[in-house]
Amino acid sequence: MTEVLLKVDGLKKYFPITGGILGKQTGSVKAVDDISFWVNKGETLGLVGESGCGKSTTGRMLMRLIDPTEGQVVFEGKDLVTLSDNEMRKARKDMQMVFQDPFASLNPRHTVEKILEEPLIVHGIGTKKERKQMVKEMLEVVGLSSYHAKRYPHQFSGGQRQRIGIARALMTRPKLIIADEPVSALDVSIQSQVLNLLEDLQKEFQLTYIFIAHDLGVVRHISDRVGVMYLGRLVEITEADKLYEKPLHPYTRALLSAVPIPDPDLKRDQELLTGDIPSPANPPQGCAFHTRCKECMEICKTDRPVLKEIEPGHFAACHLYS
Amino acid sequence: MVHAPVLDVKNLKTSFITKDGEIPAVDDVSFSVNKGEILGIVGESGSGKSVTSLSIMKLIPQPPGKIAGGEILLNGEDLVHASERRMREIRGNEVAMIFQEPMTSLNPLFTIGEQLVEALKIHKKLGKKAAYQQAVEMLKLVGLPRAEQIIREYPHQLSGGMRQRVMIAMALSCHPRVLIADEPTTALDVTIQAQILALMKDLNEKLDTAIIMITHDLGVVAEVCQRVVVMYAGKIVEEGLVQDIFKNPKHPYTLGLLKSIPDIRDKQERLYSIPGNVPKPGSIKVGCRFAARCEFVMDRCLSEDPELYETGRPGHTVRCLLHEKEGAADDRSTVKS
Repeated sequence: MTEVLLKVDGLKKYFPITGGILGKQTGSVKAVDDISFWVNKGETLGLVGESGCGKSTTGRMLMRLIDPTEGQVVFEGKDLVTLSDNEMRKARKDMQMVFQDPFASLNPRHTVEKILEEPLIVHGIGTKKERKQMVKEMLEVVGLSSYHAKRYPHQFSGGQRQRIGIARALMTRPKLIIADEPVSALDVSIQSQVLNLLEDLQKEFQLTYIFIAHDLGVVRHISDRVGVMYLGRLVEITEADKLYEKPLHPYTRALLSAVPIPDPDLKRDQELLTGDIPSPANPPQGCAFHTRCKECMEICKTDRPVLKEIEPGHFAACHLYS
Repeated sequence: MVHAPVLDVKNLKTSFITKDGEIPAVDDVSFSVNKGEILGIVGESGSGKSVTSLSIMKLIPQPPGKIAGGEILLNGEDLVHASERRMREIRGNEVAMIFQEPMTSLNPLFTIGEQLVEALKIHKKLGKKAAYQQAVEMLKLVGLPRAEQIIREYPHQLSGGMRQRVMIAMALSCHPRVLIADEPTTALDVTIQAQILALMKDLNEKLDTAIIMITHDLGVVAEVCQRVVVMYAGKIVEEGLVQDIFKNPKHPYTLGLLKSIPDIRDKQERLYSIPGNVPKPGSIKVGCRFAARCEFVMDRCLSEDPELYETGRPGHTVRCLLHEKEGAADDRSTVKS
């Protein structure tokens, strides 16, 4: 039954650092450094990591909002990286994005109707009358009302704006939705409403999600599988329950134990990581995590570990398991 | 444990003058912080938690804002009527504050040392050399490596977590009685957040500074606070010991908030969610402010303003008509902390 919808292979993004009056390239920021994963049809893949780990860059590369330096993004058998801009625009009908900031991602000068109609016009769907009808229907689907169509973004609260952002992504009836921190700007009580909506929509429209977030609780709730990123690399990826109950990579373990849990009686030994995330412009040799790892060995300082299947369906990039 | 409140806020009311009239952002809020205690104030955006903290520091811009009533007692001294000159002596010296954005609260044009030393020179009347020495000590205390070098560096040379440590060092350099931390870890990554929270707990024990931790994250509250105040739409809706609030929440809002958090330890089938949105400040004039979103709403809720009722547990009060009789019916003597 499991059918692969999207397959990413060896994806890299190096941003050049230029310096001097001639603007010569003096180095590069390895925002995403050789990651590979796949997404099954109908599932939700969560991508977690701290700031600067490359999770957003990855999301944007899948949409080709940023062009990858190297690698393949195969969507339904087509390599998106090789498509021309024009072909790519057409391909985006099947893949849409929901952004973090519902205040910045909606044009304040357009009515909701215009915002939602635009993707239909771009892809030449329907007549004017049909499009207006589709907008109204979609507003109801995401829990707003059809009379909201004539309003402007500033007339809505943060949660409602995020619903508009989701509605816009759904207008072209995509197969894949890439949601980049879709609930992190929202209050807790609103966050759960939007998460429930995303789950309902997934069932209704048979959607596949790539859900990028830093909140580990949210990611566990919504994801079937979860990938953990650190300094531009994928360090672990497996089913959500396995990852949270039996994390293999030392970074995943530290990350999970750092999350504050709303239970005052809970006593646990936190594995506090020392130090900061190293700069992606100058990542450590070998395993990127070795500078903060408690279980660091000699080999970790020199050889970069590859992502390997340690247990069935459970991949990790760590020398402890080789 | 001796319960001596260092800071006692009584019936605080802070409002803002807008074109729609005077809007109370904080409405009749009372709480106290004891010596050496960590008190949490939780609430969502618009609940009035930040306005409360800015009122204590008298940092509300006037106009449009004003403290319309109430008392803020710092060791018995009323800050509401204190002069600006007196407030300048108090700020940083007796009550200090750290903010959410460590990037914007440090001046990019001055070195860390220059910024740290300023407070020490003004409040502690230290000479340049002594102040620098003290500053280095503080940086070491907050766990910054190579303090002697960092003191000569500029804010942009430090990472977010290091900057927040500098902010904490600065806030604590004059040994204030109360430290107000307004979302101190919200802008930080979770592994750095864990470091900063551990540091704050540690310093609270070492220096006996009372901390008011303002946050939207109930996980952070459970981790560091002893008591907690839950705010909604400018009012306190529930107050109590952390154990009572998390294990036996009484207010439907607190209950809903706790149920809305996705648990990292276990996957729920479907998340509970509170319907509707946070009301606009000033939009609800009569009745319980949560009534429109409450699943236990009664007719009375729409017409009567509930008070804070005792629940029978020490210091646990709740603003909900469902619990009106509870404390009185309970035989246990209610202790007010």
